[in-house]
Amino acid sequence: MKQFDYVRPATVAEAVSAAAQPGAVYLAAGTNLLDLMKGGVSRPDRLVDVTHLHGLDQIETLADGSLRIGALVSNADLAHDANFAKSYPAVAEALLSGASAQLRNAATVGGNLLQRTRCAYFYDTASRCNKREPGSGCDARDGENRGHAVLGWSESCIATHPSDFCVPLVALDAVVEIEGRSGRREIALEELHRLPGQTPERESALEPGDLIVAVRLLAAARGFATHARYLKVRERTSYAFAVVSAAAALRIENGKIAEARLALGGVAAKPWRARAAEDVLRNVAPTADAFQEAAWRALTDAKPSGDNAFKIELARRIVVRALTLAAAGTPARIPALPASPFASTSGAIHA
Amino acid sequence: MNHSISLTVNGARREFVLDDPRVTLLDLLRERLHLTGTKKGCDRGQCGACTILVDGKRINSCLALAISHDGADILTIEGVARGDQLHPVQAAFIAHDGFQCGFCTPGQIMSAIGMMQEAQAGNDPERIRECMSGNLCRCGAYAGIVDAVQEAQGRMDETNQRRSA
Repeated sequence: MKQFDYVRPATVAEAVSAAAQPGAVYLAAGTNLLDLMKGGVSRPDRLVDVTHLHGLDQIETLADGSLRIGALVSNADLAHDANFAKSYPAVAEALLSGASAQLRNAATVGGNLLQRTRCAYFYDTASRCNKREPGSGCDARDGENRGHAVLGWSESCIATHPSDFCVPLVALDAVVEIEGRSGRREIALEELHRLPGQTPERESALEPGDLIVAVRLLAAARGFATHARYLKVRERTSYAFAVVSAAAALRIENGKIAEARLALGGVAAKPWRARAAEDVLRNVAPTADAFQEAAWRALTDAKPSGDNAFKIELARRIVVRALTLAAAGTPARIPALPASPFASTSGAIHA
Repeated sequence: MNHSISLTVNGARREFVLDDPRVTLLDLLRERLHLTGTKKGCDRGQCGACTILVDGKRINSCLALAISHDGADILTIEGVARGDQLHPVQAAFIAHDGFQCGFCTPGQIMSAIGMMQEAQAGNDPERIRECMSGNLCRCGAYAGIVDAVQEAQGRMDETNQRRSA
């Protein structure tokens, strides 16, 4: 690990100022950053430790009914917050399907949003990677790439964003609050992550010094609470990143879908909102045919980036199954194996 | 630049001067305090051998910078027994052969203690397996580990019932 300076700011303003310097990065729990630093993938000159800042670890219901989640709330504390889990169950299920209990206890909300891809070529400093070293090339393009992107990728980069948490968040129109050099601003989570294009090293809309201070879930998103699921195919049942995942949320009135939300994980460099699929589900009955049509629409633009054509068909099936599970109703308790297609209480047969 | 931090480790308050901010909690415990029960397996947060409790919660100590945990209360495997009296989870691991080579065992036990405090799994073996998935055992003693955790959980439930009765 490269030597670095350690700074512990007393206020958010001090943090933003300290992190705006070239070579500086924020340290929250460090569950991803330390791993990257140990491997020489991240080589910061300065760590700005935000874990001792006050007021960023609260979960609060605002006057308008939305839920404001501080950036330093741990993944575990959020998932087990009763009000949150009841109001936004697919988000809780996604959180509990990610990483391990130890990592969820440490990892923060803000850190989860900004975690880096797990592309093996990004992690291997002997490989060419445009994200790690702009202009060097992409060894994933002709390498072991069965897990790579099928949507939104470019010749420069075919990496995927690994977060589970972000998938239902983007489906539910979550908002990110950012403190920067010119004050406070907020953006839709959907605008936070960037597709690679020619600049895969620029992963987010954040500017130097920008600090995510909170994520907000709107009151309207509670309307999906009774029909919301997250479903995640992994190469083992627990403690693995998604090959493909989907968050599905429905608002069902009088036997018809009044509104649908759908997002995919593991398929692109950002959590992938499938609006075209949502559109075909408006004012129709929640039937297998409707879900098949939605799945087809969600993957219309998909194309393989390597040995991963299977992910397109897999994603279609996961979409159908996630929608089927959502229509069946949110279970009273999160299944023993969260988001797993093998969960004994999943309630849906293979699509 | 030197940094001074203070930690409570297994009930005793300790002061440290760190001449390098790169020191992890794992390395601090092993190299400075010679508490070598906490194991360095992968050192990358993948195996769980380094699991300790920080402020009552289980984490991977290999991915935690000591300097960032100034003021924390730490419990390691060396601090769970009361003298010669084993912690119920330790006793259950012996009773159920919850190990073979033993390298992952301190992490497994600390993880199980943390899991029981989280109270999410109860006595359900499927939930116990899921909640313990952050601890790998290359000898494959998983069946014994789940049995041990179930027994320890059952004993804790009985004790709690007796207390509340």
